[in-house]
Amino acid sequence: MSALEVRGLEVERGSQRVLRGVDLTVNPGEIVALMGPSGSGKTTILRAIAALQQFTAGRIVLGDVSLGPGPIPKQSQLAGLRSKVGMVFQEHALFEHLDVMDNITLAPVHARGWSIERAKSAAIELLQSLGVEQRAYAYPRQLSGGQAQRVAIARALVLNPDLLLMDEPTSALDPARRVALAETLKGLTRGGRALLISTHDEDFARACADRTVMLDNGVIVQ
Amino acid sequence: MNARWLAERIAVSLVLLLAACSSTERASHPPLKWGGDAEGGAPFVEADPSDPSRVRGFDVEIAGMIARGLGREPVFIQTAWASLEASVERGDFDVGMSGLEDRPELRARHAVSIPYFEFREVLAVRPQDSSRYKTLADLANRKVATLGATMAYQLLLDAEKQHGVIPVSYDDDIHPYSDLVSGRVDAVLLDHIIAERSLHRMAGLVIQPNAIATGHYVAVFAQKNAALRDSADMILRERMRDGSLEKTFRDWGVWDSTQVRHFQRVLDAGAATRNVKTAAARPVMAYLPSLIRAAGITLVLSCLSMGLAVVIGILVAAGRVYGPPIVRAPLTVYVEVMRGTPLLLQLFVIYYGLSSVIRLPAFLAAVIGLALNYAAYESEIYRSSLNAISKVQLEAARTLGLSELQILRLVRGPQALRLALAPMTNDFVALLKDSSLVSVITVVELTKQAAIYATNVGSWVVPGILCSVIYLIFSLPLSRYARHLEARWSAAT
Repeated sequence: MSALEVRGLEVERGSQRVLRGVDLTVNPGEIVALMGPSGSGKTTILRAIAALQQFTAGRIVLGDVSLGPGPIPKQSQLAGLRSKVGMVFQEHALFEHLDVMDNITLAPVHARGWSIERAKSAAIELLQSLGVEQRAYAYPRQLSGGQAQRVAIARALVLNPDLLLMDEPTSALDPARRVALAETLKGLTRGGRALLISTHDEDFARACADRTVMLDNGVIVQ
Repeated sequence: MNARWLAERIAVSLVLLLAACSSTERASHPPLKWGGDAEGGAPFVEADPSDPSRVRGFDVEIAGMIARGLGREPVFIQTAWASLEASVERGDFDVGMSGLEDRPELRARHAVSIPYFEFREVLAVRPQDSSRYKTLADLANRKVATLGATMAYQLLLDAEKQHGVIPVSYDDDIHPYSDLVSGRVDAVLLDHIIAERSLHRMAGLVIQPNAIATGHYVAVFAQKNAALRDSADMILRERMRDGSLEKTFRDWGVWDSTQVRHFQRVLDAGAATRNVKTAAARPVMAYLPSLIRAAGITLVLSCLSMGLAVVIGILVAAGRVYGPPIVRAPLTVYVEVMRGTPLLLQLFVIYYGLSSVIRLPAFLAAVIGLALNYAAYESEIYRSSLNAISKVQLEAARTLGLSELQILRLVRGPQALRLALAPMTNDFVALLKDSSLVSVITVVELTKQAAIYATNVGSWVVPGILCSVIYLIFSLPLSRYARHLEARWSAAT
């Protein structure tokens, strides 16, 4: 069974058709790079999969969870999806009032009911694996772009999703950091986790992705 | 006929002779500016119904008598009753008159005329209470209303200590009686002239025949104008003798047998004046306990109102940010109405306007009025603070599986609170000061108590300084604490 199946996805924004019948499959343990020029619809696909963007036609299937066209379901109806999909935003979107540890443990403790000890233990393990354990009690404003990126990844991974969506992960990184990130992402697929990454960066895509999908004007062209 | 009487007659004759000399000479004298409060109404001073630009009343006629006696033209200066003494001392006009009550503090601070009218402090009660509430001693643990900063108010404060009467202070002399009829208070203690006027205005009142105390109306001059006061005294005595004053009082329907005896006493060597002069003024320290008590009321009132305003403000903001249009629309109307109309008006509506539906106690009405008004401002602060939190953080929280309520409580709310802290502090300081408006619905808070104090001592210097210091004691630490929190949160994030 594939980690993600997208069939005939269409998104309209006003009179503009942002996505026009996108079909996409991502298999377990696979890293897929979604490439294309600005405005081609890369981020819109990720947002639709994460149930942050409503779509007008098509279907998104993640294992036993399925999303159809129409308004975004209420958060309370999305528990199945939220347990399967994690997302790292281009701006990292860390919670500014919480330190790194609290950013990572917030959802496990409050959304999943983990004990604080369990959540902290999982957070430390992730931070160590991503090389930022020394920043566990820093606030987001005190982190570099690369550190914030890795903390955002840790936050998305702590709930152990089957699919990780990443939107332009290299936009704030220098070339050396991009290479390091590519290596890190490859390591994340152990255990069958799939990654769908939107990026402009061909070198980065080549370095980490198993497969590249080209998008242009809302249509997959390659 | 004694020598003093003869000397006075000669002096008055000279004054009157000079006044009558010629119109050109009169024009060369500056007008006699006199201050009064037309809001006090008839029979003291009121706007003339046939020409509202003019005033009429017995005080208007007495001011005219003094002016003409001095060969000057009277010019009326409208001044709030509570400010008459301060205004005459700072030179806004030459003489203040408007049912001003004689009292030791007045004589200690200003030049004061002979008492030209004797009034009685009388109790007004509801007809069914007329047999049981005859004296202040009968009104233990009962609310008795009066005008703030008057002799009657002082009598009630004394009765509070002696008999356990509960004084209720008003800013006007109409609402005490309407509240008596509606049952909000159990009696009203005021001058018999005001009481009888109210008797004509509304039914359901009885005035007890026995006076609680007697007092006198006087004219007040600046302390440095003692010579002018002496001339006015001579003119007033002459008008007492020649019957002009009696005619004026008869015309206004306030002449009675007590005035005959009073005039006689004044003319017989000014005994009443001397008695008043010998009475001791209350020392400044005597007012401190009541000022501190009023400060406590201001603080408790402000804290309760702000607490309630914060709760309502959060609910309104949440409704406007998260609610559907059917919820947002009425909340928007609420915010605009509360922000677009004066707080004073809102307090009047809540306390007096709604009294036929729900009779709120004054303090509760004050808390609700302030809270509802400030909640509108608070809600706008919270709404803009909530909207200032980046959308992508909220989306990140959703992808992590947090519920909308958890997102508000754990992500959006705490960050919004930090943004809202500074304007909230400003609002609380503003509310502390705005709480002074609740005196219009009979709550004696800090500013009102300072005004009473200032009226009694005839100066705003000490009461004003003390009042300001207390407000600063309340507000400065709060501002400092808010800045400290802001700095701490800012350093952390």
